[in-house]
Amino acid sequence: MKSLEAAVTIQHFNRYKPLLSELVVRDLKIKYRRSFLGYIWSLLNPLLMMTIMSLVFSYMFRFKIQNYPLYLICGQTLWSFFNESTNMAMTSVIYNGALIRKVYIPKYIFPVSRVLSSFVTMSFSLVAILIVMLLTRVPLTWNLLLFPIPLALLLLFCMGVGMVLSALAVYFRDMLHLYSVLVMAWMYLTPIFYPVSALPEWVAFLIRFNPMYHYVTFFREVVLYGIFPTAIHWVGCFGFSALSLTVGVLVFRKLQRNFILFV
Amino acid sequence: MDKKDTIIEVNGVAMRFNLAEQKTDTIKEYFVKLVTGKLHFNEFYALRNVSFEVKRGEAVALIGKNGSGKSTMLKILAGVMYPTEGTVTVNGSIAPLIELGAGFDMELTAKENIYMNGAILGYNRAFMDQHFEEIVEFSELREFINVPLKNYSSGMIARLGFSIATIIKADILIVDEVLAVGDFRFREKCHRKIAELLDGGTTLLFVSHSAEQVKALCPKAIWLDHGQMMAFGDTEEVYRMYENAYRS
Repeated sequence: MKSLEAAVTIQHFNRYKPLLSELVVRDLKIKYRRSFLGYIWSLLNPLLMMTIMSLVFSYMFRFKIQNYPLYLICGQTLWSFFNESTNMAMTSVIYNGALIRKVYIPKYIFPVSRVLSSFVTMSFSLVAILIVMLLTRVPLTWNLLLFPIPLALLLLFCMGVGMVLSALAVYFRDMLHLYSVLVMAWMYLTPIFYPVSALPEWVAFLIRFNPMYHYVTFFREVVLYGIFPTAIHWVGCFGFSALSLTVGVLVFRKLQRNFILFV
Repeated sequence: MDKKDTIIEVNGVAMRFNLAEQKTDTIKEYFVKLVTGKLHFNEFYALRNVSFEVKRGEAVALIGKNGSGKSTMLKILAGVMYPTEGTVTVNGSIAPLIELGAGFDMELTAKENIYMNGAILGYNRAFMDQHFEEIVEFSELREFINVPLKNYSSGMIARLGFSIATIIKADILIVDEVLAVGDFRFREKCHRKIAELLDGGTTLLFVSHSAEQVKALCPKAIWLDHGQMMAFGDTEEVYRMYENAYRS
């Protein structure tokens, strides 16, 4: 009985795979439609942001960080993926309300497709990171090949968060306003433009409970420092992805039944 | 009675809407209502204890006044809503023509929307490639195929929606008042298409306020009034009861 149920679920998923890819392609198409530079913006944007931020912060704070531009762009790329994907996922069910009121569609497809399309955009930005790496001549090591791991785990993490947010936002529109404040606080609690060493000791301890800290640091360890990632970040990345996805699926499944009455 | 022949089985279905709850948009309002006990105050039944069976290949009409629960019934069958009480069993694929062009994206062109809409109905690119020509042909929109949908008229959008939804040979076709759009000639064409599908063994559920259309397409009818099923049987007979009820 259990295996039959699983088979039905997989069949169901396969049936809606084309829709998932259509939605991702649509998001990408609309994002850069009618802009002259198109996809190049995904590359140019992080580079320009990095330039401005590294100018501002190196004059204002003078942190002791080697290769500050690369430090910054790594953190910032991962953070903006998290920020963009969860924000877009949050409104995805509400925006598609007209659709789910008329046709049957598995609803998880909306937050998931939004997170996926942000992920594709972020993949373009990786070229910007590569450019900075080459310009600043960081030593290339075999450990660099581990870079897809934190990205893939972050993707799962964002899907989980996106599902929770999108389901809650249907019932409480306040989420939309609350989350933007929350995300700002979260950003300052993540070492994106400052080093962890700049934090007081007790905050540096608490930061282990910030999932984003693990993804960002794991990524920097392989890209910037070329070392094999520390054990705590392996645990952190895998642990938070599993947790987020589990909670996301459970919450979404419970709340989706009555979406249609509220969207 | 052979179970295999039953394609739709509806058993004691009720659909309750919470009118007060629906207005709760903010957390504050929610708690205010929770505390004052008004949260589940305004209950409204769109359907109440509806049961019927439809056999494979039958054409059944749902008739009744506005707000009698016809569309709610169709949405439950299409899997869009979950009934508050009772069960619904559907043994087959459904092509819902509940609102044509649900899921069209106005920013995308007609061509892109054809693939998008196909995907919403669960069909992959290869399948849509095969049927693309047929859809364009039927909709008579070839010249405008690369125009964004926001520049289309409502009639053109309806034509495109109908062409996509009926190209697929689904087991069950659900048609809700969609044939009221488009010009006379295209409406005729739609009717021919539905008749053709019926001949091919498709089951039809039809909602329309036009007695003429209903009688032409469906031998059986269900009469709903305020969410209650008043009658189920031969169309002519059901209409006689329906008309008598409102005459007196």
